[in-house]
Amino acid sequence: MAHSFGRILSSKRNVGILSLIGAGSVTAGFLLKREHVSAGAGVRRVYPASAEYPDLRKHNNCMASHLTPAIYAKLVDKATPNGYTLDEAIQTGVDNPGHPFIKTVGMVAGDEESYQVFADLLNPVIKERHNGYDPETMTHPTDLDSSKLTSGQFDDRYVLSSRVRTGRSIRGLSLPPACTRAERREVERVVVDALAGLKEDLAGKYYSLTNMTDQEQQQLIDDHFLFDKPVSPLLTCSGMARDWPDARGIWHNNTKTFLVWINEEDHTRVISMEKGGNMKRVFDRFCTGLKEVERLIQEKGWEFMWNERLGYILTCPSNLGTGLRAGVHVKLPRLSKDPRFSKILDNLRLQKRGTGGVDTAAVGSTFDISNLDRLGQSEVQLVQTVVDGVNYLIECEKKLEKGQDIKIPAPYRK
Amino acid sequence: MPFGNTHNELKMKFKSSEEYPDLCKHNNYMAKVLTPALYEQLRSKQTPSGFTLDDVIQTGIDNPGHPFIMTVGCVAGDEETYEVFKELLDPIVMARHGGYKPTDKHKTDLNPANLKGGDDLDPNYVLSSRVRTGRSIRGFCLPPHCSRGERRAVEKMSVEALDSLSGDLKGKYYALKNMTDAEQQQLIDDHFLFDKPVSPLLLASGMARDWPDARGIWHNDSKTFLVWVNEEDHLRVISMQKGGNMKEVFTRFCTGLKKIESLFKAKGTSFMWNEHLGYVLTCPSNLGTGLRAGVHVKIPHMSKHAKFEEVLKRLRLQKRGTGGVDTAAVGGTFDISNADRLGFSEVELMQMVVDGVKLLVEMEKKLEKKQSIDDLVPAQK
Repeated sequence: MAHSFGRILSSKRNVGILSLIGAGSVTAGFLLKREHVSAGAGVRRVYPASAEYPDLRKHNNCMASHLTPAIYAKLVDKATPNGYTLDEAIQTGVDNPGHPFIKTVGMVAGDEESYQVFADLLNPVIKERHNGYDPETMTHPTDLDSSKLTSGQFDDRYVLSSRVRTGRSIRGLSLPPACTRAERREVERVVVDALAGLKEDLAGKYYSLTNMTDQEQQQLIDDHFLFDKPVSPLLTCSGMARDWPDARGIWHNNTKTFLVWINEEDHTRVISMEKGGNMKRVFDRFCTGLKEVERLIQEKGWEFMWNERLGYILTCPSNLGTGLRAGVHVKLPRLSKDPRFSKILDNLRLQKRGTGGVDTAAVGSTFDISNLDRLGQSEVQLVQTVVDGVNYLIECEKKLEKGQDIKIPAPYRK
Repeated sequence: MPFGNTHNELKMKFKSSEEYPDLCKHNNYMAKVLTPALYEQLRSKQTPSGFTLDDVIQTGIDNPGHPFIMTVGCVAGDEETYEVFKELLDPIVMARHGGYKPTDKHKTDLNPANLKGGDDLDPNYVLSSRVRTGRSIRGFCLPPHCSRGERRAVEKMSVEALDSLSGDLKGKYYALKNMTDAEQQQLIDDHFLFDKPVSPLLLASGMARDWPDARGIWHNDSKTFLVWVNEEDHLRVISMQKGGNMKEVFTRFCTGLKKIESLFKAKGTSFMWNEHLGYVLTCPSNLGTGLRAGVHVKIPHMSKHAKFEEVLKRLRLQKRGTGGVDTAAVGGTFDISNADRLGFSEVELMQMVVDGVKLLVEMEKKLEKKQSIDDLVPAQK
């Protein structure tokens, strides 16, 4: 491959793979060359780790819970091969102390190697966030065979829409918190190129945020497809919004059931959705689309970031594994007012959100219900969990309609 | 420092044209000056502390600006930024500071005896008087780039210096992170408390990282001398009081600044200063004196007059709302201050404000009596 990125990629791939082979035992981090900044006059002061350690006393996030002064001292002078440092990875968690009720992750990855170089911090964070999943000893199953899904058609009288989303990162290019403009543009080029090869019901078009016409913008807003520059400080403090809207865009198929976001919080976010309760069809399209995009990028010598310990690698540790959120908008007017509602959801391993997505409120007892878990179970398992769980919720709603009593289901076991 | 920009090793593998930012929709000084050729020339450089070109310009890329208001679009991460990236910053300084050339010398004059008058502005019109500037401590990186260790060291040195002030300058430090609710409320009531910046112009530069660590407010007991620590600059120094006695405000300002400087010198450091750029601060717009001297003045008639803007321009003054930059005036009361920072000394800028405000009040009085002000309109200063 004569293209300059090809050479960079092959060398980066090797570094990436080598660092992954040494999982847990050897950190492939490069010692940050602070010496290179000391030539001549104007030496930069270098402070001991204790003078640099952040004040986390008022903080409630996973990073703050696990970043001891000892771990900080051990990792602070390390950097990934791309030069990404611990201070950069934790900045968002330092700047956003969190909420007493909602525990955020508090850190991000700047590249694939972050998960290796900063494993001493990331592993306990991952373990806490993903219910005890231990990246040092466990393996994550990937399964995109949608034919295994059963009972995936919901009662349309209750389920208004069905949706499955995930993310994918392009191996060899830095992630949104750390990427250069050239890297970000390369992600755009690689992905748009691949999407252009999709055919039939997946054939579609790309709308770059920089070049959008007013009309296109309005249509995308009406379709609820358009994403805006992030305003959440959780995201902006990580640096992922730099250079907005350069190399950001939205691709969707002509039938508006398969959608890809480029260079928002991750390299790509892939979404399959439609009105009504046919989760089976949504998941079929999701798997077919993902596999086809993967095939198309592989034809050009690229691949997704993935390993058997962490599954698909994304910017936020909360999205590791499958990165999958499968959900429905469902009407549950009686069940949602039942005091057992939260416990039922918990036992079904489901989560409720408002119909605007994360951090929004429900409107008129229509809820967004989706899987809680991301890592440690496969895509098929998680979507099945949602299917079984939502079917159970609808059964409860129907029972309550008839004046019958409902039962809290037994806690879910894998 | 922030956001992975400080990694030239990675970036240099890509062609300059692949990294050059898209500035088509931008209206700030950085976008006007940074051609692809200049980007290519400067992108491999970094200051001794590791501040890179992309660090300098990130805020200008992320904030395309406004068709009517020209922002600067870049910041310094340390004193050396202005030298290492001079091919970018010299033209920006020239454009922002009225043609100030790379060979020009800036005069510093903090002798209040050189100010003529300024003690007799009519308090019926001039409600309050204020002078502010900034100072950076030599040897430490500036807010966009400093580490937590450096920022804390700046705070410690500054608080030590301020704690040794005496007489009418004696005061107390309130660290943002340790403030009691009562202290916080008092500081809000006094209009002293500064908050975490919300302006994307500031946030995009990285200066709000780790908030509120090592940030705080110091003020003297009589609440007429105030120092902000680690907000947009290492130090912002403010002298203020009700009424129109600008002379007194300026005298306290100079005395305080000189005392603080001598305390730093005793500890083996000094303020960032050179004879070309004067005092060195984070934003190129604040170079030179870093001085904004202003009043809150009631000029309801004058402010509605057709010639108001022209008069201000000729007097080299600028209007703002009483909430400070980017706020609106309330009830005909305006914040009027000097427009210039660099190329004039502190005394010269004070003189412009004192003389200019005096004239505006005269014009206001005339307009109250329905008289014409045409013969009072000044020539361009």
